[in-house]
Amino acid sequence: MTLLRTIFLRLLTTAITLFGVAVIVFVVIRVVPGNPIAMMLPPGATEADIARLQAQYGFDKSIFDQFLIWLSGVLQGDFGTSISLRQPVSKLVLNRLPATLELSIMALLMAVLMGVTLALIGTRFRDGKTEGVVDVTAGMALSIPDFLWGLVLILLFGVFWPVFHISGRISPALNVDFTTNFYLFEAIARLRFDVMADLAAHMFMPALALAIPLAAIVSQLLKQSLKETMHLDYVTLARTKGYGENHVITREALPNAILPTLTLVGVQFTFLIGGTVIIERLFSYEGLGNMAIDAVINRDLPLIQGIVILFAMLFTLVNLAVDMLYVVLNPRLRHA
Amino acid sequence: MKSFLSIRNLSVRLKNGSPILRSVSLDVAAGQVHGLVGESGAGKSMIGKAVLGTLPRALSVSGGEIWLDGTDLMSLPPAERRRRIGATAALIPQDPLTALNPSKRIGPQITRRLVDILGWSKQDAQDRALELLGEVHIPDPARVMRNYPHELSGGMRQRILIASAFAAEPRLIIADEPTTALDVTVQKQILRLIADMQTRHGTALLFVTHDLGVVSKVCDTLSVLYAGKVVEEARMHRFFMRPIHPYSAALLAATPTYTDPTGSLTPVSQEVIDGVEAEVAQHDARRAR
Amino acid sequence: MRDARGDLRRPVGLRLWLSGGWLTLLVLGAVFAPWIAPKDPLMQDLFLGRLPPFWESGTEPGFWLGTDSLGRDVLSRMLYGARLALEVAMIAGTLTCIIGAALGLIAGYYRGWPDRIISRFVDIWMAFPPVLFAILLIAVLGPGLWSIIIAIVVIDWTRFARVIRAEAMSQGAMDYVASAQVAGRKRFGTMLTEILPNVLPTIVVLLTLEMGIAVIVEAILSFVNLSISTDSPTWGGMIAEGRTSVHQAWWVLVFPLIALFLTVLSFSQLGEGLKDRFDPVLR
Repeated sequence: MTLLRTIFLRLLTTAITLFGVAVIVFVVIRVVPGNPIAMMLPPGATEADIARLQAQYGFDKSIFDQFLIWLSGVLQGDFGTSISLRQPVSKLVLNRLPATLELSIMALLMAVLMGVTLALIGTRFRDGKTEGVVDVTAGMALSIPDFLWGLVLILLFGVFWPVFHISGRISPALNVDFTTNFYLFEAIARLRFDVMADLAAHMFMPALALAIPLAAIVSQLLKQSLKETMHLDYVTLARTKGYGENHVITREALPNAILPTLTLVGVQFTFLIGGTVIIERLFSYEGLGNMAIDAVINRDLPLIQGIVILFAMLFTLVNLAVDMLYVVLNPRLRHA
Repeated sequence: MKSFLSIRNLSVRLKNGSPILRSVSLDVAAGQVHGLVGESGAGKSMIGKAVLGTLPRALSVSGGEIWLDGTDLMSLPPAERRRRIGATAALIPQDPLTALNPSKRIGPQITRRLVDILGWSKQDAQDRALELLGEVHIPDPARVMRNYPHELSGGMRQRILIASAFAAEPRLIIADEPTTALDVTVQKQILRLIADMQTRHGTALLFVTHDLGVVSKVCDTLSVLYAGKVVEEARMHRFFMRPIHPYSAALLAATPTYTDPTGSLTPVSQEVIDGVEAEVAQHDARRAR
Repeated sequence: MRDARGDLRRPVGLRLWLSGGWLTLLVLGAVFAPWIAPKDPLMQDLFLGRLPPFWESGTEPGFWLGTDSLGRDVLSRMLYGARLALEVAMIAGTLTCIIGAALGLIAGYYRGWPDRIISRFVDIWMAFPPVLFAILLIAVLGPGLWSIIIAIVVIDWTRFARVIRAEAMSQGAMDYVASAQVAGRKRFGTMLTEILPNVLPTIVVLLTLEMGIAVIVEAILSFVNLSISTDSPTWGGMIAEGRTSVHQAWWVLVFPLIALFLTVLSFSQLGEGLKDRFDPVLR
């Protein structure tokens, strides 16, 4: 089976990439001149105390040995213990992951919704003023990165017309006794509308900031693809059957035009996930990225490693998933 | 004989004003086959597109009437016009490889419009599609209905498109070079199939082609188009016996089968072309006044 | 064949004028900051804290765009901040460009093992969240102008390498390169004389875009307080301060944000405009 072979090769390159990421992070952060252990101890701690803690965290060994120990731990699901928070890294990271995933998925949905809508409007009224407006809007949205959109949104919807929360993930007053940290998904499953509304009011701006540049890319690629598709014979044939312009665009052209857009959106989605780091900081959203910045500032080596590896895994998984989705959605490849 | 499709003085222009069709008139009688012949670039496909309302965006109808079954299409609002075309006319496209939607199964591509536009029940549409696929000699129609276009050969796809064109029992079919994109071996079969289907269903057919040989096999009447202008409209028999317009004569002479099969091709002479050009120019000048 | 005279007659677009205009203004402001800044950007005066901009009531003369919570003049800090932003844009942009384009050129033209190694590194780089990577590097290198520049070069070289590699590959496949090689030219020479001039337009476009990105990265790093020393005036630092006091003094956030917004937009519009002029396909 060619499909299985492709998946196997992809998994292999994914593993190599992840290994490379691990090596680089490991080497880079061990060049840190400051001693993280010294910061953990109260003033007046003895050399022996420092040595004991260093041994506990394994910093007395060579970089190579440290890497082997770390790697064998990782392969068993043990990412070490956070220095600043004194808890297992895997636990900390998994507690924060749902927040970041929910934010990213929400942003992706918003981006696709906005991007597809813009592309459809641009195609429906092509060769006219409306298309020009769509092009300029997308061009602007694309030129400005998520960080700046986030700041603009804070001013618009947080200060001058304060309708959304500008920081946090959920109001502390809200009584949430959920079993998972996927607050939004669980709130939807449990039909807790109060929680949903509160989460949405917190998530709206960070998600929109992340979504705007991606929406611009989606709309540009999809509109280009749609315009090419609109010239094809089966679209013309559909017109002669009595279908109107709207039907022709959404039912005949869109399903085919969206495929080439999809693969490119996959790569862009990983950029979006990367963007959560600073956006979470900007909106004080309690996700992985925010935790990562704290970890860097605190020189929390095991935690930094864990988070970076998790991000890298997320990126490669997204790319893999998009490739699979492409095969599933494209009948030509599915039956090949 | 009453004509089912009657095009009167149809003019089509590019957005920048240069003419593509110059006051074209032609008639297709109910149940008859009318050939539309001309070299590539003469604008013959544009006539079909103008009738079906699928002209490229760069082109627009600048004058004339298109009477379909007693109604002037040009006088109808766009939505009404589209509905009427969908209900009474159909297209057999040129390239079967690009005329089926690659992301949809064959079945829905035939049945959907029967349900959506014409209000048939799903079951009726399904039965009708199976019946028609059988009529165009497709083996195991039930299975083919579940196939995607890329799983079928070009000839199969053209048969499907023919079946689909006849699905709603249209009174007029426009076939736009339906055999040009096919293998020579398949061309003949498809041509015969179109002719058979036309006879059986009694549909009027406007057959657009550059090939006089094809026209001679299937058509009752024909129009010769040159440089966006109809230079001769005739019954088949008369045309081959005694073409009136010099361009027609030259075209006929350049088609080997109908003069001397062993003889070499005679290209259309420069004199003839100059003559037609002059005539077209004269015509333009008259219109401009 | 394209008519070369058409290129000359083609008007420089409005967006090129606007973005070029803003960047010129910015360069002038940055260069002459010591002379035109109304106040000392570091001078604090707690009695003059959070003064609003000049058109509102309760201002002090000379503080045109108001002051921050420590009483520092917003306009003066912005002018000095522009210096740093442009320094980073120029130096980091150029270095990233040189290193990334060189690696891309080598990978795309030589192919074989250099390509495999470089491409593998690009893949690994693509798996890093760039902002986190930059923050990590600054934490390791310690704050400072050169740390920022190195961080930008290290994260962003792949942007050039990817595009230039692809371009060099397609150029290398063309006949004129083959004929240059048949004529007995050295490979390295061919790369510099035949390939480089043809990918140069793309390099210039990418460089312009990269300068905008460098400005943003610097602002982000200052925002998380990892840029230069804490009190030197940076747009990102001002934005970070403005973000915390946005409900009391919106102007501390708004003015540096506008400057940053316009600068990033100008660099990217300049890049897009240049792309349109260079790319014969788009014309």
